[in-house]
Amino acid sequence: MAEITMRQAISDALWEEMEKDERVFIMGQEVGVWGGTYAVTKGFYDHFGEKRVRDTPIAESAIVGGGIGAALAGLRPVTEIMTINFAFVAMDYIVNEAPKMHTMFGGQMRVPLVIRTAGGGGRQLGATHSQTPDAIFAHFPGLKVVSPGTPADAKGLLKAAIRDDNPVLFIEHAAMYQVRGEVPEGDYTVPIGVSKVQREGSDVTVVSYCRGLQLSMQAAQQLEAEGISAEVVDLRSLRPLDMGPVIESFKKTNRAVVVEEGWPSYGVGSEVVTRLYEEAFDYADAPIKRVAQKEVPLPYNQALEQSALPQVADVVAAVKEVM
Amino acid sequence: MKKKDHLELYRQMVLIRRVEERAAELYQEGKIGGFLHLYIGQEAVSTGIVSARIPEDRVITAYRDHGVAINCGISAKQVLAELLGKETGISKGRGGSMHMASVENNYWGGHAIVGAHLPIASGMALGDQYLGNKGVTICMFGDGATNIGFFHEGVNLSKVWNLPVLWICENNQYGMGTAVDRASAVEEIHMKAEGYGIPHSRLDDGMDVMKVRAKVAEALDFIRAGNGPYFLEIMTYRFEGHSMGDPQRYRDKEEVTQWEKTDPIGIYHRYLVDEKIASKADLDKIEAAVETETQEAVEFAESSPDPAMDTLFDFVYAEGN
Repeated sequence: MAEITMRQAISDALWEEMEKDERVFIMGQEVGVWGGTYAVTKGFYDHFGEKRVRDTPIAESAIVGGGIGAALAGLRPVTEIMTINFAFVAMDYIVNEAPKMHTMFGGQMRVPLVIRTAGGGGRQLGATHSQTPDAIFAHFPGLKVVSPGTPADAKGLLKAAIRDDNPVLFIEHAAMYQVRGEVPEGDYTVPIGVSKVQREGSDVTVVSYCRGLQLSMQAAQQLEAEGISAEVVDLRSLRPLDMGPVIESFKKTNRAVVVEEGWPSYGVGSEVVTRLYEEAFDYADAPIKRVAQKEVPLPYNQALEQSALPQVADVVAAVKEVM
Repeated sequence: MKKKDHLELYRQMVLIRRVEERAAELYQEGKIGGFLHLYIGQEAVSTGIVSARIPEDRVITAYRDHGVAINCGISAKQVLAELLGKETGISKGRGGSMHMASVENNYWGGHAIVGAHLPIASGMALGDQYLGNKGVTICMFGDGATNIGFFHEGVNLSKVWNLPVLWICENNQYGMGTAVDRASAVEEIHMKAEGYGIPHSRLDDGMDVMKVRAKVAEALDFIRAGNGPYFLEIMTYRFEGHSMGDPQRYRDKEEVTQWEKTDPIGIYHRYLVDEKIASKADLDKIEAAVETETQEAVEFAESSPDPAMDTLFDFVYAEGN
């Protein structure tokens, strides 16, 4: 297995799928000549040409709406919304068009569309550019929402998303492109809607995904030094949400903490905690805790911003509270 | 055009009218739920447009879609069954009045968010351009849709990428109850295309199916020759309210009465008889056949089963690849 960055893993997945299937193409802002805002599609324009790597106007409704149309016409578009904060201006397409078409027309239409985007805070971009609104999108049946936390999962999940006949929102983290990890050789996919135990443990279950996974893994390491064995479950997909490994782990540890970067109200943590109480209430030995972002629009000032974002220390503290 | 083709167009226009008149009754009887936007008065527009297309040309429209559905080959039975929410409806009772499509007939719906289908139309045209298909995407929308952001993003993209799209604004002069001059900065809506460098024109007589057909055929030829998008505004008039139960306070009775004198079915009837293309007896025969077909369609819809309760989760996600 080779160790590569998240950026490389995502780029490799796109490159390999485009080589494999002529119907796969990329459209979005600065994906072509520029090489991608986060350099994920660097070199694509020269290799695949402007027909398959299409720079668009700064017009998110045209990007996602156009992607839906191209998908209906038989292509497998990978659209890119530069950051998830701009997805709000294409909201109608992401939540109200793409996920509805298969159902609403009685199964006649399929929308094999990927919407890649990057979310997350911590880069001093201010309140409008730093959000983690994943839960909003995961609210809608008909859409699949994926958010990987490791390079191996990023590559396998993106390939699965491109091959899926449904619209998939693929959420990356803007501050994680340099994160390194081992990636299997050759062609492989990771199934959408399957959670994974990323670290085994026996005392407490830490549930997370994406950047929260990194925090959780680091926290688990610190806790181990203090004699607490944390099992870390990575959701990987927010819809469909696979609670199986989470519940199994909770039945073993009887304690849980859910870690996410978004705001806690109506969030991913709220969903996971509810389902744990609904399905495994009797196994709880302590109230389940959530670690999430403070309920403020993220400030620009670095220290203020960091104080609002969940940190490794917050995860460690929450685990100790439930022990 | 051959006589039989004329008779077919006449049949479609009368069928749309009868189906919608019956739909209005069924709505009053409480058998149709939700909204019901009637196309009565505008039949010449969609009939003329669809008659000018080749099978490879995609058609996509807004929520006032029953007429287009019939023109594109969806049967009266499937339309009425959908309105009644039945399993035999064209969208299996999942879509209702505003969401009828027939992929088999290259008819892509039936879209209920004003203007949202315009970028989708550009995307479909991109698909055809990418795959080297010869089809043009015909995208119909109302005057009201030209004031929303989607319109501008979709139309701009079509020119930037020189996509084979025929934009057709059906100007029935009201967006719900708001007259064009109260909602749009320019009254001549086709002038908006000027801002995107797209050739455009207005057809003043959208009540005449032959004129619509000729104009659309010309525009389709232009696009198929590789010239990129074209923008056509067609003037027409909605005889009924926006939806059922519209008190129509925004227009006076006199205006409606004046327009009703230009009934597209009456105009076509006179044309066919005056030009000796068909006799009055030919047309009477068609009307009688449509009456029977509509009655049978109503009976079919009413006697069709509702979707089975255990199909609730069908079609949420597409299976397989």
